[in-house]
Amino acid sequence: MALDLREATGGERDPATAGGYAEPPERVGFFTDTSVCIGCKACEVACKEWNAVPEDGLLFTGMSYDNTGSLGADSWRHVAFIEQPRRLGRQETHLAPTELPPDLLRSAGGRTAVSLGLPASAPPDGHVAAAADMDFRWLMSSDVCKHCTHAACLDVCPTGALFRTEFGTVVVQEDVCNGCGYCVPACPYGVIDKRPSNGLVSKCTLCYDRLSVGQEPACAKSCPTDSIQFGELAELRERAAGRVRDLHDAGVTSARLYGADPQDGVGGAGAFFLLLDEPEVYGLPPDPVVTTRDLPAMWRRAGLAAVGLLVALAAVTIPGARR
Amino acid sequence: MRQLPIGSWPVWRQLTGADRTGRAASVKSRRSDALSARTASADRVVKSICPYCAVGCAQNVYVRDERVVQIEGDPDSPISRGRLCPKGAASLQLTTDSGRLDKVRYRPPYGTQWQDLDLATAMEMIADRVIRTRRETWQWEEEDGGLLARTMGIASLGGATLDNEENYLIKKLFTALGVVQVENQARVCHSSTVIGLGTSFGRGGATTFMQDMQHADCIIIEGSNFAEAHPVGFQWVLAAKARGATVIHVDPRFTRTSALADLFVPIRAGTDVAFLGGIINHVLTEGKDFREYVLAYTNAATIIDERFQDTEDLDGLFSGFDPQSHQYAEETWQYEGVQLVSASGERDNQYMARQAAQIDRPGSPGRDAGEHGSGEGEKHGSGTAALDGQARRDPTLQDPRCVYQILRRHFSRYTPEMVERICGIPPEVFAEVCRHLVDNSGPERTSEFVYAVGWTQHTDGSQFIRSASILQLLLGNIGRPGGGIQALRGHASIQGSTDIPTLFNLLPGYIPMPHAHKAQTLDDFILADAARKGFWANMRAYLVSLLKAWWGPAARADNDFCFNYLPRITGSHSHYDTTLEQLGGTCKGYFLLGQNPAVGSANSRMQRFGMANLDWLVVRDLNMIESATWWKDGPEIESGELVTERIGTEVFVLPAAAHTEKAGSFTNTNRLLQWHHQAVEPTDDRRSDLWFMYHLGRIIRQKLAGSTDPMDRPILDLTWDYPTTGSIAEPVAEAVLAEINGWNSDGRPLSTYTELADDGSTVCGCWIYCGVYSDGVNQAARRKPAEEQSWVSPEWAWAWPANRRMLYNRASARPDGRPWSERKKFVWWDEEVGRWTGYDVPDFEPTKRPDYEPPDGARGVAALRGTDAFIMQADGLGWLYTPTGVADGPLPTHYEPQDSPMDNLLYRQQRNPARLLRPHEHNRYHPNGSQRGAQIFPYVVTTYRLTEHFTAGGMSRHTPYLAELQPEFFCEVSPELAAERGLVHADWATIVTARNAIEARVLVTERVAPLHVDGRIIHQIGLPFHWGPNGHSRGDAANELTSISLDPNSHIQESKALSADIRPGRRPRGPDRVALVRDYQRRAGITERTGTEA
Repeated sequence: MALDLREATGGERDPATAGGYAEPPERVGFFTDTSVCIGCKACEVACKEWNAVPEDGLLFTGMSYDNTGSLGADSWRHVAFIEQPRRLGRQETHLAPTELPPDLLRSAGGRTAVSLGLPASAPPDGHVAAAADMDFRWLMSSDVCKHCTHAACLDVCPTGALFRTEFGTVVVQEDVCNGCGYCVPACPYGVIDKRPSNGLVSKCTLCYDRLSVGQEPACAKSCPTDSIQFGELAELRERAAGRVRDLHDAGVTSARLYGADPQDGVGGAGAFFLLLDEPEVYGLPPDPVVTTRDLPAMWRRAGLAAVGLLVALAAVTIPGARR
Repeated sequence: MRQLPIGSWPVWRQLTGADRTGRAASVKSRRSDALSARTASADRVVKSICPYCAVGCAQNVYVRDERVVQIEGDPDSPISRGRLCPKGAASLQLTTDSGRLDKVRYRPPYGTQWQDLDLATAMEMIADRVIRTRRETWQWEEEDGGLLARTMGIASLGGATLDNEENYLIKKLFTALGVVQVENQARVCHSSTVIGLGTSFGRGGATTFMQDMQHADCIIIEGSNFAEAHPVGFQWVLAAKARGATVIHVDPRFTRTSALADLFVPIRAGTDVAFLGGIINHVLTEGKDFREYVLAYTNAATIIDERFQDTEDLDGLFSGFDPQSHQYAEETWQYEGVQLVSASGERDNQYMARQAAQIDRPGSPGRDAGEHGSGEGEKHGSGTAALDGQARRDPTLQDPRCVYQILRRHFSRYTPEMVERICGIPPEVFAEVCRHLVDNSGPERTSEFVYAVGWTQHTDGSQFIRSASILQLLLGNIGRPGGGIQALRGHASIQGSTDIPTLFNLLPGYIPMPHAHKAQTLDDFILADAARKGFWANMRAYLVSLLKAWWGPAARADNDFCFNYLPRITGSHSHYDTTLEQLGGTCKGYFLLGQNPAVGSANSRMQRFGMANLDWLVVRDLNMIESATWWKDGPEIESGELVTERIGTEVFVLPAAAHTEKAGSFTNTNRLLQWHHQAVEPTDDRRSDLWFMYHLGRIIRQKLAGSTDPMDRPILDLTWDYPTTGSIAEPVAEAVLAEINGWNSDGRPLSTYTELADDGSTVCGCWIYCGVYSDGVNQAARRKPAEEQSWVSPEWAWAWPANRRMLYNRASARPDGRPWSERKKFVWWDEEVGRWTGYDVPDFEPTKRPDYEPPDGARGVAALRGTDAFIMQADGLGWLYTPTGVADGPLPTHYEPQDSPMDNLLYRQQRNPARLLRPHEHNRYHPNGSQRGAQIFPYVVTTYRLTEHFTAGGMSRHTPYLAELQPEFFCEVSPELAAERGLVHADWATIVTARNAIEARVLVTERVAPLHVDGRIIHQIGLPFHWGPNGHSRGDAANELTSISLDPNSHIQESKALSADIRPGRRPRGPDRVALVRDYQRRAGITERTGTEA
């Protein structure tokens, strides 16, 4: 029996309805507007406090103000910091005198000579600042599980530990997970991770326990500048589109949405973002695809091959055919 | 195990239900099905306030089975709107983490280990030590007969993290014990604010409130890293930005605040007076001042004494400077013909002059307290100017001696070119700031200034704030919506610990502590220290009501209401002077109440040496801070300079209760008193400071009962009978609040300070807080949700004074009482009902007509005209020029920091001539500018906070969720400096001053740009100051590097701008660390006189 997994997850349909929930509530999610993020990391702490996620190491990374590093089993929110020689809209930074006399420039070592080895300190288009071009911006963005419409982690989970909730979110059930780890490589964003202390997988639940009593997730609730907004996905997408228009009008032409498009490789993310640069700059995959996308076709081909093989085998083994 | 029906099996559900692929409804486990939020199942939700910074975010504390299970923001708050920063979000871990102190720890003299001690014994022992030390060090009078009635043997530090009620008991008990060295974080954080704002406008608090920021058209954030240090408050900056405001950030570093600003202006640390002076000059020369406002509401037209000489005349000095004492006599600064007293700052310095001027009290004895080396600027003059009357004014502003013209001359040399040469700000950038500010000021538009300790912590920090005050008065931005000066304070109740001051020089409500004078009566004191016009003219009523609150029936008219029970000050007894008293052996006992000077105070090494010289030390904190353990594992133990077995200090460490474990009020950065209720009782030995102070006082009074020694009268006569509750006999905080509020002779709670009387018939512990318990209701506990009231939210908690949210809001209307514009309407005169009305409680007598003119000879409040918007001022006006009250001059003047690599390009006078220095072998200063040896310390250092940590780390480095976010101490340097000194990113660097050497991880970043200053490149080094050797996240303390060099008004240290050297690699260990510092001193030719010239 060949099963179309994408069909099964509902295609364009609401994932909760597709998951067998009768009359589910509206699908909810996060809209993270990084243009107002102040990098305070309240989301990281509020998440840990609510979900009792353990502290996971005192590592000074040197990556700007980011000492969390990445999302992981013990970091369900991660704030990225990107220091860039680029201009933010009409912001003026005046970070360096633009006309240094040559001798001073020499004594100052020049502003382009030193490589910091910082991640993404240059944007992907290879733009390199010249000595006189001291445009600068400091981008901050709080990353989280995307709660994909087509979630590969769900597809590959053999135990039913990962499941789609009635809110359309994707949650790991600790009491079911056996730690097989299939979901870890299945995630196109590298979000899912195993916790070393118990071997089980853990990630953002979009505060499933809070949703069920009508409360918003802890990170969104704490966010001082409303960079993380929680709500019904459809409404959030509208709001986000408006915000992009406003920013474009304000001269921030690099503003774009990431994960808001239901036509993208994961069928649209339940947690999507307004970014000010290419996704790679923030450590996000530019064109994520549900890793199980080709599974039905693969199964079909494998089935066909198996059938073909069986036919061929039959051809050579059925006694009558030998003659 | 219970048998489950087959229908609940996942496989059955999958096969029979709609979820055929088994990825949703059918695989939901029983546990998932039963999940419920602990916020929903809590037994109760207790209303609280965040204990970290002073934004005052409201919290909901969820309690189940008498345990706190969750803390989150309260969406009802009009200030925080339910949001919390990482620290606020970590307050569950702060209060419930297993690492918190729970038992008393005791270290006997010369002991090497902690010992157990039960709490009751500890309390008895501490009480014995207080009594003994007090008796051994008691001083009745000075050599010349001035009354002292005090002890210098005991000191106390801390209070800004505590409740108002706790601060009240601390000040009350210690004052009754004769302890004058009572200080708190406000000294080292925002004391300059009280001087700067207080002398300019009349009150030492921020002039506005958080939500009003959304109405600003331009916001200049300077001397503050708003987004990082007060993240939740920053939402209002973004709200303004969303409404079209221009946000400008002026700072030595590009910070998380700059990241969201429209315009970032890098500045050399410590040069803000030159920058702001440049803007003032621009406004004056271009005629951009808001003339109608300036004429009506400021002292621009007032004529100054003809003897006054400006820095223009004396190359950086004002008239009246005495090079021997490094102090100014200010009589030449006064208004012509009138002698005023300021609303803040030093008010006793005219004691003699005012005594002399009081015709009916000729020859009243007095003395010059200045001879005690106070550095306090207490001088007597021989002035004969009148104490009453209106000074002469020239409304044309043409008189060369009017304030406006003096201002013009004074700031004329602060040109854009000078700004560039001094601050490193190019003229076109400077012009842009001027344009934004000027274009967004006037009847239709307003601009707001926001600052924090980037302005206060300088040897002329008070003058930084004065500069902004002048600018905002000239532009007409004070008392108006979207305008004002927002002082961002950084402890939950640091405004409260200034209002109810655990500060040596103040009594509750900014009444000055009396100085030692011979045969001084209550009336003498009032005559010298109280203004004759405005609300300070009622100082006698405020003080008598306070004395009645403290000494009850013992305070009678025939004994001056126990005025002589108050111990007297003789100059400065500020935190840093206490350190010197400890080193000198005078101060023998020390209380640390939630403050960590071994990390948080300047020259932290000196702090530890001071504590090593004590007889006894009491530390009360949540965690085992460095100030409690230096005798065992401090840096001086490692270097061998101190040896544990030879340290005689007896140490008591008492675990404190968290904010969730006690009730009380915090006063936020906008004077808003917000009550936090007790959620659970503290466990083990944890106790509130209310409990500690109350029971310490009770035990001491028990032990002294029956004493006939007159020195014990103040403590035995003290009103100290608060009701207690619960199993641990916790004093009832509301009873203390009721005393702070006060009552009349019938015992009825007072509703406002205008009800206070000077005849002893009213009781009031802090006159500016009068009304917080009106009608017997705790107004600070009001929590009417923001959505159910106007944006001003007057029914959310209670603000002093009289629940006014914006100070001086009379100025939001024209002199005739109409709003300046529809757009900037706030408070106005309603002719029909004959009252002031508007969105806020008017900061004015409600029925005084705008055209009211006082009759001849009017005094006090009656002498205020209908246009005198600054009702606390002695002339009812905003002070562009301070004729009195500011020790280092009536106008701000640019001086270089104490340790600076630059010469002062504006004047021959290099540094603030009146700054306070404390030369000591542990406190050496650097050569400056072109002086020989200055090149040894070529870089500028500035210190600051990070979002993820809190002050000296006692409330963040021990908290794992915060520690992991910023796990190590680091320095921020530019790529250029890294190249110049061979510093490697993420590796180590050593930073050295003449005080100490520390190591930090290197963070190379373009956010710290080298500045092009007067033909040189100046590199700046950024140092977050949170670290110390204890806790979860550890590192060297930045304050090892800073020196004790102080603002003469506020006694604040200069920790925001100093010079230093930096080199790659880790610092030397053990004695080599000291040797390295000595070597630097030798190379720079540093002696005990370096940097001490006037």
